[in-house]
Amino acid sequence: MAWLTGLPLAVDLVLGATLLWLAWRALSSPDLFQAVALFIAFGVILGLVWARLDAIDIALAEIPLGAGVTGALLLAALSQLQPAEVDARAAPSATEANEHQAGQPGQTAETADADEAQHKPAVFRALLAAVMGLLLFAALFSLGLVTWQLWEPSSGLTQQVNTHLPESGVEHPVTAVLLNFRGYDTLLEIAVLLLALIGVWSLATASNLGDTTPEPVLAALSRLLAPLMILVAAYLVWVGAHAPGGAFQAGSVLGAAGVLLRLSGWRLPAGAAGWPLRLVLALGVAVFAFIGLAVIGLGEPLLGYPTAWAKHAILVIELAATLSIGAILASLFIGGRP
Amino acid sequence: MLASLSVVLLLAGAAFFLGGSVGMLRFPDVYTRLHALTKADNLGLGLVVLGLMLQAESLAAVGKLFVIWLLLLAASATASQLVASWAQENGFAPWRG
Repeated sequence: MAWLTGLPLAVDLVLGATLLWLAWRALSSPDLFQAVALFIAFGVILGLVWARLDAIDIALAEIPLGAGVTGALLLAALSQLQPAEVDARAAPSATEANEHQAGQPGQTAETADADEAQHKPAVFRALLAAVMGLLLFAALFSLGLVTWQLWEPSSGLTQQVNTHLPESGVEHPVTAVLLNFRGYDTLLEIAVLLLALIGVWSLATASNLGDTTPEPVLAALSRLLAPLMILVAAYLVWVGAHAPGGAFQAGSVLGAAGVLLRLSGWRLPAGAAGWPLRLVLALGVAVFAFIGLAVIGLGEPLLGYPTAWAKHAILVIELAATLSIGAILASLFIGGRP
Repeated sequence: MLASLSVVLLLAGAAFFLGGSVGMLRFPDVYTRLHALTKADNLGLGLVVLGLMLQAESLAAVGKLFVIWLLLLAASATASQLVASWAQENGFAPWRG
């Protein structure tokens, strides 16, 4: 079965080509809905590419966050845009049709001249496009060549992370970097998510939080899936200590559960939409910042957990962050202050 | 023996996916396309999952593969029902001959 050795390369080439094709189609599609659908497919294929590169952590974040949640947010934004867009599209096509009808019967010399005059810029534009395309291709090609030549196994910071891994309190290097060595970045990322939600909330109030009749089939599916998604989220947080997983991956699954419930017609009880929701939203940043600051009292630097209870500190932070990220993503989808 | 059975199942699954994709592109209306698509999802993935189960390293992996198939069955059935009922409500007439 010697021919099987070429199979992984073939799979990689197909994945890479599909990725480029989807990116191009998503960018060039005149229909916004089609562009969003292509973007979601692009995210899924990109996740597979990350998985093929052995970056399971990024694949686990890319598919639910990049494809799932972002796709849902784009579709929600699109549904707000739709009436305006349809109007804009209908208007020019109507005038074009009129022009066509007017132009058809008598092809006089004047209109032929006008065609000639319009023809020149078209040639010029095509030439310009060709030159730009060539330049862009040359730039990308040389960039690719440089990257290819740099493609030597460089150790980066791997060595450093591995030597300090026992002090981090977890066994998975990615979690150690995200929650301990570079906890600062992760804290700020969660804060950025919270800020984005505050921005959305200050711009709009949620329009329809009232009762709707849940679609029976969707309601049945969400009854089946929501508990499973919560279970998967809990598993992802727990497994993050020694294998790919963690707060962002788990939070995005929780957020997706929220989006699913919202789409199926379930509503947050009025009592829970007030301060309980706000508490959950702020919990991640608050707990992370509190623990990060509290260790200063023990003579450690900011966010430098003592090795003895680093594991527990990371677990508490990850649980709080997961709940917050899930709630923030679902609230972003709802799109306004309740 | 187990490996060849697995290969046969995987190829059969791939054939269903190919057929489903061709059907989705070539069938005349939304209902027949859904039919082609869900057959590929349900049977094609079922065969692929069966083929992979034969190669799985542990019982836990077999269970996970099976759960993936069940989840896809539920999601695909729901999605196709939603698309079909939306199409019917919005006056997409079924194709007749």
